[in-house]
Amino acid sequence: MALLEIKNLKTYFFTRNGVVKSVDGTSFSIEKGEILGIVGESGAGKSITAFSILGLIDPPGKIVEGEIIFNGRDLVKLDDDELQKIRGDEISMIFQDPQTSLNPVISIGEQMMEAILYHKKGVSKKEAYSACVEILKTVGLPAAQKRMKSYPHQLSGGMKQRVVIAMALLNNPKLLVADEPTTALDVTIQAQILYLMKKLSQEFHSALILITHDIAVVSQLCDKIAVMYAGRIVEYGKKEDIIFNPLHPYTKGLIECLPKLNDDRKRLYQIPGIMPSLLGLPKGCYFKDRCELADEQCDIYPPRQEIDKRIVFCHKVK
Amino acid sequence: MPQSEVKLLEVKEVEKIFSVKVGAFEKKDLHALNRVSFDIYKGKTLSLVGESGCGKTTVGKVILGLYQATKGEVIFRDEDIAELAPSKRGDIQKDIQMIFQDPYSSLNPRKKIKTILEQPLRIHTNMNKSERREALLSLCDDVGIDYSYLERYPHQFSGGQRQRIAIARAMILKPELILADEPISALDVSIQAQILNLMMDLQEKFHSTMLFITHDISVVKHISDYIAVMYLGEIVEYASKKELFKEPKHPYTKMLFSTVPDIHTPLATESVLKTGEIQSPIDLPKGCFFQNRCIYKKESCTLSHPELVDSGNNHMVRCPVVLK
Repeated sequence: MALLEIKNLKTYFFTRNGVVKSVDGTSFSIEKGEILGIVGESGAGKSITAFSILGLIDPPGKIVEGEIIFNGRDLVKLDDDELQKIRGDEISMIFQDPQTSLNPVISIGEQMMEAILYHKKGVSKKEAYSACVEILKTVGLPAAQKRMKSYPHQLSGGMKQRVVIAMALLNNPKLLVADEPTTALDVTIQAQILYLMKKLSQEFHSALILITHDIAVVSQLCDKIAVMYAGRIVEYGKKEDIIFNPLHPYTKGLIECLPKLNDDRKRLYQIPGIMPSLLGLPKGCYFKDRCELADEQCDIYPPRQEIDKRIVFCHKVK
Repeated sequence: MPQSEVKLLEVKEVEKIFSVKVGAFEKKDLHALNRVSFDIYKGKTLSLVGESGCGKTTVGKVILGLYQATKGEVIFRDEDIAELAPSKRGDIQKDIQMIFQDPYSSLNPRKKIKTILEQPLRIHTNMNKSERREALLSLCDDVGIDYSYLERYPHQFSGGQRQRIAIARAMILKPELILADEPISALDVSIQAQILNLMMDLQEKFHSTMLFITHDISVVKHISDYIAVMYLGEIVEYASKKELFKEPKHPYTKMLFSTVPDIHTPLATESVLKTGEIQSPIDLPKGCFFQNRCIYKKESCTLSHPELVDSGNNHMVRCPVVLK
């Protein structure tokens, strides 16, 4: 059985201007120890998918349909208290911006120890302290003992992100959700953090969901990839299949428009246009206005197809 | 450097030192720029590449006059503007325009797009209303802004469209020099390609010169003619694009190349963890600034500070170890 299975998840936001279908019928699954990448542009519903898993959707948002089966339990049906026990323990999350995900007025050590003391009753402060120091060493933070007393503003961006990762790993979670964990960082630090996440997820046998807009990052780290567009998954399958033989025109475009080091073209390939607003989605395929292959057939939303070992939603893929 | 090309801007030995508080009573010098020199040629693009904290934005701000250089000269049209505040620059100011990193904070949320785009014309030219309108509309065609956008406010646009508007604002005075400070790093990958292509098209059309500041070495390949790699406030490698991409020489440049995520290369190995982080520009080391992250480090590196040396073909490198 899969560790996490999401079936037909629909998270809608009921705003004054209409219903925003941020996540509209998403299904995927992740096994123990697996790394799944969710790729897409801002507004594609990647983060909302992650927030839905952790039960972090606030009004006017609501999960209107679907199941999130984690370890045999449907998270959608759990109440807040039960979710609170799971969050930070069995499932933990790494947020995009390390500057804002740490509390600026509490020392690193205290923030980290809270995560253990809250979830593990009967653990003494001393034990919690040494566990924190240990994990800070694991993520490669220099002078870990000293850092326990530091405040977030005394650390650089890369160091803060390491602390956040360490904190997420404290209770040895079964599932780690990382929402754009390296977007705010330099490329050199990004490479270090990505390497670390891969190594740690192997060491701890955690499953990892990596959310990013950069398909190059996903290709380096993940076993499976889901490409999202305007709230729906358009292509989903094994990394090798999707990166080296993309079938959906959007996935192809995403890969094609990456700047490459060994490429002499002057102009870059560009996907024309922008993603439609979720309040004014076109009839039929959401990507048709930006797609070179689109014709009348695309006025109906494409059905789910299983082609070449992956799931793809496109009329033009045969 | 090629003699056939005309220099538009010369940056000579520019130093910028900030005085920062390190304790309640103690102040220390922060060396943001250490004797930075480069030239920008007319119609060409120079890219400044480096990590956050290396001083690349400071260079841009000194050129624009937002900071005054502590030492050194910035020569634009035979005039030293290094110590001139924007208000004292007169005509020069309108010929240097900037595109900022974050299109969410660089557009005034209370002004309509047409007001934002028209403002530079009101300040710097004597055009009347209909002339301004005409200039505005013709620019909108070039940049790909729909006329209907002009009556809207910035919050109604996505990041990519806002950056288009910011580019239009920088271009409306037909400046000779455009400083683009990380113009695409806040954008989605699919939009990055659109904006890069747009900037190249506009440069071709208006024959403008560009200083392109970025931390991502993979994007400079398409847009640059020359590339300068900066580390801790100094240039460690300078070469034409062709030279640099053929053979990056400085250990830091090599490190930057190796960490770029690419779909055809596997994730970097254990060694990437040893690359460490950029150090603080307060209390710089005596020898080479890069020594604590360098895999080629020798004892001599800790003793004296290396100079920028031409290794042939105008490929300047600040590292005696790799040049031997």
